[in-house]
Amino acid sequence: MSKLVEGLFYSKSHEWVKPLEDDVVLIGITDFAQSELGDVVFVDLPEVGDNVSSEDEFGAVESVKAASDLISPVSGEILEVNEELVGEPELLNKNPYENWLLKVKLENPDELGNLLSSEEYAKFIK
Amino acid sequence: MENLKKTCLYDKHLQLGAKMEAFAGYEMPIVYDSIKNEHLAVRNNVGMFDVSHMGEIIIKGKDALNFVEKLFTNKVHTLEDGQVAYGMMLYERGTVVDDLLVYRLNSEYFFLVVNASNVAKDYAWIVDNTEDFDVLVQNVSEDYQEIAVQGPNAENVIAMALGIDLSQLKFFYFANYEYMNHHLIISRTGYTGEDGFEIYASKEAIREIWDKLLEHDVTPAGLGARDTLRFEAALPLYGHEISQDITPLEAGLKFFVKLDSEMDFIGKDALIKQGEDLSRRVVGVELTERSIPREGYEVYKDDKVIGYVTTGYLSISIEKPIAMAMINRPYTKKNTEVYIKVRNKMIPGFVRDKKFLEKKYNKTKGA
Repeated sequence: MSKLVEGLFYSKSHEWVKPLEDDVVLIGITDFAQSELGDVVFVDLPEVGDNVSSEDEFGAVESVKAASDLISPVSGEILEVNEELVGEPELLNKNPYENWLLKVKLENPDELGNLLSSEEYAKFIK
Repeated sequence: MENLKKTCLYDKHLQLGAKMEAFAGYEMPIVYDSIKNEHLAVRNNVGMFDVSHMGEIIIKGKDALNFVEKLFTNKVHTLEDGQVAYGMMLYERGTVVDDLLVYRLNSEYFFLVVNASNVAKDYAWIVDNTEDFDVLVQNVSEDYQEIAVQGPNAENVIAMALGIDLSQLKFFYFANYEYMNHHLIISRTGYTGEDGFEIYASKEAIREIWDKLLEHDVTPAGLGARDTLRFEAALPLYGHEISQDITPLEAGLKFFVKLDSEMDFIGKDALIKQGEDLSRRVVGVELTERSIPREGYEVYKDDKVIGYVTTGYLSISIEKPIAMAMINRPYTKKNTEVYIKVRNKMIPGFVRDKKFLEKKYNKTKGA
């Protein structure tokens, strides 16, 4: 069974979004995603200051076998990237909800409404 | 996954929690727990693979020796009974029908082990070429299942678990053995760059052997690790480094082609001609920035595409982003600076040899 965290928003491409304060969110990948990928060996992330837009590719997470595109669930400016993952990509296997990928300032906070709740995502991956 | 064949170990893979995927018409275990752990178990200790999907074809009869010689790129006349050779079957144009192992029982009896995805094609190709030869060709793939036991502890664990002493079996030789009244063929061969063995037997025998080896803590390894292991050892995979569009010379496999011998084989003329003017070759490429070169990615020199990746990984054993790539001459020279395009980014690297890893075959036994 894949782990889920209540109160997060989920995308159908298996990213999660955690709202912080002032329209700032953290973006990561779900437990389902890391388990489907297997051993994560590389994370390819964009630069601070770049913009992401909803449903566009912003990087990749790579397992031994394959590269999997990361699709942004929201639009906005990248405030921070989690540099820790560069040296220790396996953190995504260990705890995908603690190890976020990007911190983003939302351009349009209403976009969160297009995402799935934890209950909806649970049904989606069943 | 309907219509897929299952090997005799299918239920055991499921019990072990394997991730199953379609491969060559079979539902095969890709990974049990972690490709990395399975890979390292084989490099450092011992692992086992269900490779029952591999095809087995028997060629026997008065003309078997000459017939296999005609089909196979490597030497057969000089093989001893009980010896194994790696090589390929080629089309007239010199490209590859398949790569395979030839087991010589005697001059009138050969056992061929071919790729699962190519069994039907190979069998048809072999039969089509029998015209002037007094031989019988049988596809016995359903009768033989196979486990590969690979790694530095393979010999020890087989001695302990199965009571079979393989210490006198030389590299690329095989012999007949018995286990619990089952007949086994075991060769000191493999596809990992490590010492190890391939065991061919009936379904019942293979199931018993698998369980026994599991009891002795042999790590089950899936096709995921099989590919990362063979890649680091720079062993070719059909459809990647070799194919119906690639010749052994282009793949850098000249060592397995008897061009220097009197013996003729299908495709020889085309290779001799190509040898004078080879336009491309499979080489190693190492990236100098952290990234992962994947199969199909383009290789660039300046703004020009000069080739493509045939297989690439962030190597588990040497922890570097490396690839085998088909590259046009003259860019095949060592240390040529090249780029590989990864998701629209040009990642710098250089051409290198394919000796990513020192192979640890045991060539000292039984000498």
